[in-house]
Amino acid sequence: MSANASFTRDREARVATLLLAGLAFLLVLLIAVPLWSLLSKSVQNSNGQFVGLANFARYISTPALVASLWNSIWVSSLVALIVVPLAFLYAYALTRSRMPGRGLFMAVAMTPLFAPSLLSAISLIYIFGNQGFLKSWLFGASIYGPVGIVLAEAVYCFPHALMIMVTALRLADGRLYEVAEALGTSKSRVFFTVTLPGARYGLISAIFVVFTLVITDFGIPKVIGGQFNVLATDAYKQIVGQQNFEMGAVVGLILLMPAIFAFFVDRQVQKKQVALLSARAVPYEPKPNGKRDFALLAFCLVIGGLLIGMLGMAIWASFIRYWPYNLTFTLNNYNFANFDPQGWGAYLTSLKMAGLTAIFGTTIVFFGAYLVEKTKPAPALRGFVHFLAMLPMAVPGLVLGLGYVFFVNAPWNPLGIFYGTLTVLVANTVAHFYTVAHITAVTQLKQIDAEFESVSASLKVPFWVTFRRVTVPISLPAVLDIAVYLFVNALTTVSAVIFLYGPGTKLASIAIVHMDEMGAVAAAAAMATCIVFTAMAVKLLHLALDRVVFARFQAWRKR
Amino acid sequence: MKQGWLAGVAMGLVLAMGWSSAADAQGRTRVTVYTALENDQLQPFKQAIEADVPDVEISWVRDSTGVITSRFLAEKENPRADVVLGLAATSLLLFEKMNLLEEYKPAGADALKPAYRDTSGPYTWTGMDAFLAVVCFNTAEAAKEKVSAPTSWMDLTKPEFKGKIVMPHPASSGTGYLKVAAWLQIMGEQAGWAYMDKLHENIAVYTHSGSAPCVQAAKGERMVGIGFDMRGAREKTQGAPIDLILPKEGAGWDMEATAIVKGTKNLAAAKKVADWVATKKANELYGRYYALVAHPDVKSAPPNYPADAEAKMAKNDFGWMAENRERILAEWTKRYDSKAAPR
Repeated sequence: MSANASFTRDREARVATLLLAGLAFLLVLLIAVPLWSLLSKSVQNSNGQFVGLANFARYISTPALVASLWNSIWVSSLVALIVVPLAFLYAYALTRSRMPGRGLFMAVAMTPLFAPSLLSAISLIYIFGNQGFLKSWLFGASIYGPVGIVLAEAVYCFPHALMIMVTALRLADGRLYEVAEALGTSKSRVFFTVTLPGARYGLISAIFVVFTLVITDFGIPKVIGGQFNVLATDAYKQIVGQQNFEMGAVVGLILLMPAIFAFFVDRQVQKKQVALLSARAVPYEPKPNGKRDFALLAFCLVIGGLLIGMLGMAIWASFIRYWPYNLTFTLNNYNFANFDPQGWGAYLTSLKMAGLTAIFGTTIVFFGAYLVEKTKPAPALRGFVHFLAMLPMAVPGLVLGLGYVFFVNAPWNPLGIFYGTLTVLVANTVAHFYTVAHITAVTQLKQIDAEFESVSASLKVPFWVTFRRVTVPISLPAVLDIAVYLFVNALTTVSAVIFLYGPGTKLASIAIVHMDEMGAVAAAAAMATCIVFTAMAVKLLHLALDRVVFARFQAWRKR
Repeated sequence: MKQGWLAGVAMGLVLAMGWSSAADAQGRTRVTVYTALENDQLQPFKQAIEADVPDVEISWVRDSTGVITSRFLAEKENPRADVVLGLAATSLLLFEKMNLLEEYKPAGADALKPAYRDTSGPYTWTGMDAFLAVVCFNTAEAAKEKVSAPTSWMDLTKPEFKGKIVMPHPASSGTGYLKVAAWLQIMGEQAGWAYMDKLHENIAVYTHSGSAPCVQAAKGERMVGIGFDMRGAREKTQGAPIDLILPKEGAGWDMEATAIVKGTKNLAAAKKVADWVATKKANELYGRYYALVAHPDVKSAPPNYPADAEAKMAKNDFGWMAENRERILAEWTKRYDSKAAPR
């Protein structure tokens, strides 16, 4: 090796180390420090003095707050118990049957992802509210309260559970089924001894994901919870309503616990899931079975119909003049200036925020993942960055949002000038959705042979050139995936940003909450409709673009 | 290799630009105004102020009275607002007592009705209009269930209203607080709390905002909404089958007022806005929404506003309301905040 080459290698290593250090600093700032702020706030009084666990003691001794804790737990458990079996069956239909229209049913099941969670709550008010046309179906029960929360959360969580179940059921070793058939095992026995055990880790994972989603969701209980208090609305009341930051921090920490627990369970489960499928496994191919396929089709039609119905109800309601007394068509509800000071501005702010989140988020995430995955120096630093990148998965948006409030608002913080600006909203949203984007990037990078880096090194090409000329072009589909994922989530998120917006930076999703608060439900539905259509348009554009990108850059994948 | 460095620098620059894009490059002075005005009033108010005070740009931060009040108090070390406009006078009295408001008497303040002027200590706030808590009663839903209209607050405790009444949460809504304060003042503390205990049995939900109850009553979602008068009148004008009822014991009320925040960096612009608030033209704008405004020469009658409002206004001591706010809200929260919790 020549002196020149080793010099180059050294310099490359120094640059990589420097970049990694910069990234670590950024992630500490975006993720770790806000969490630490939350933690420290919960052990302080309103003057910032350390008071130990006094705030927690006060929490425990306030009966209304403890009641919310219990409410949150049982509602979240109930939703998980309802949603996961339904998602399992739906996923079973998609992966283990020859039912027609499987692609369409998958797409239909994904629709709730394109709307803010509270859209399904708004729809439920129109359907089962005191003036709802199906009110009698509730047999006198009120939709305002646990009934409404459970139903709306079930819709909101369904696609999340379904994605996990589809992944779990897709991983099946066809040989097991062949053996079972050869031995003449009954269908139900195959189901209980092969199918179910194979998906058990997915089931556990889905239960925890749904539980965490529900317990930390703020939009739905806010809209349809009535006087039924849950932890997420308590946090909002304490922080926004009473500016009681210390108690808000305590509630935030309580919300963090199930999420962290779920995170570790999920990690254990994932490790085991990988070991399930050996290299010699044969993909399972379902055989046609008329009766089974018909039954599953009927089931999917019901569930899919419900999901579409929920979406359709809100869209329809947004065009109605004066529910329930005047059902004529109107566009008045889209004249947002009549309902909210920002008018259409909130929608534009949302677009801007989502766009910036997609641009900066994708850049940081993908380059960061590259540094972690493909560079050699400073393994400890790389491990640390990876840990920080995985952390947001365990932190619900509401909790991260609270952390940002305390961090940015702290009197000692020079970054306080960003309070209420788009910058904070973008930073928070990038941090909130960092993990999934990071995992997508790492998965993509793992598929690219490490030989590229070795060859580049022997050709004395530094890694940043390899990154720009090789890695990014062949990873474009994944990059696009990340960008769209960040964009859509930035558009629909409520719980993280509700504490952070300022004058002039109110987002569409927050405007929905505010319009609903003052009773303008139709206008709230109209704004939600705008978000849904925008998110779906972006997704369709993504699919179209994906074809083009794939066609141009992915030719090498084919032999 | 140089290109790589350039790319890195470019990325840093793009980042920095994103970071600073929040900076505002407007020629006018941007005045941050905390307000509890109704959402649909904000646009007309902004247009009117900016037309009359051309070098000012109004940037609203709007929420319910209680939220704006607690937000303002939480930020007292480091105020973010320049002006508080259209907030309950009881809240401004509280701020005044804590020395958070700038002493300033708007140019036209002396021409206003005496009740709408700050009389205690240094002059800080100026009244704009008065608003009442009324009963919005959905006649269509009542006819279906054959319930007769209430004429007194006591009527609302009758069993036929069980689960059919909504009122605003007093901690978040100014209308909610003035109502609770009015009951305590009309009936006396002990009887007032006893009344609310009974009423609580009939309440379906305590809403976040003061306008939601009348909207929900207007849409038939609830039969009775105890809420903000102006919202009820607007809904009725839009065709809602509701009556606005002022119970015979008298209705609670508060004033919306304006003050400059102590320590504002935009004092000159803030003074201009405060001057505008006291003009007759501004009062004419208030008159489009409110029946009772500060300027004696402005006579207004918003459509469907109850005619007997001024006569039914209960005796109200703002000083008492401001002083006892924290105590009353704490007691109220203790008694009723967790409607769904086992009692």
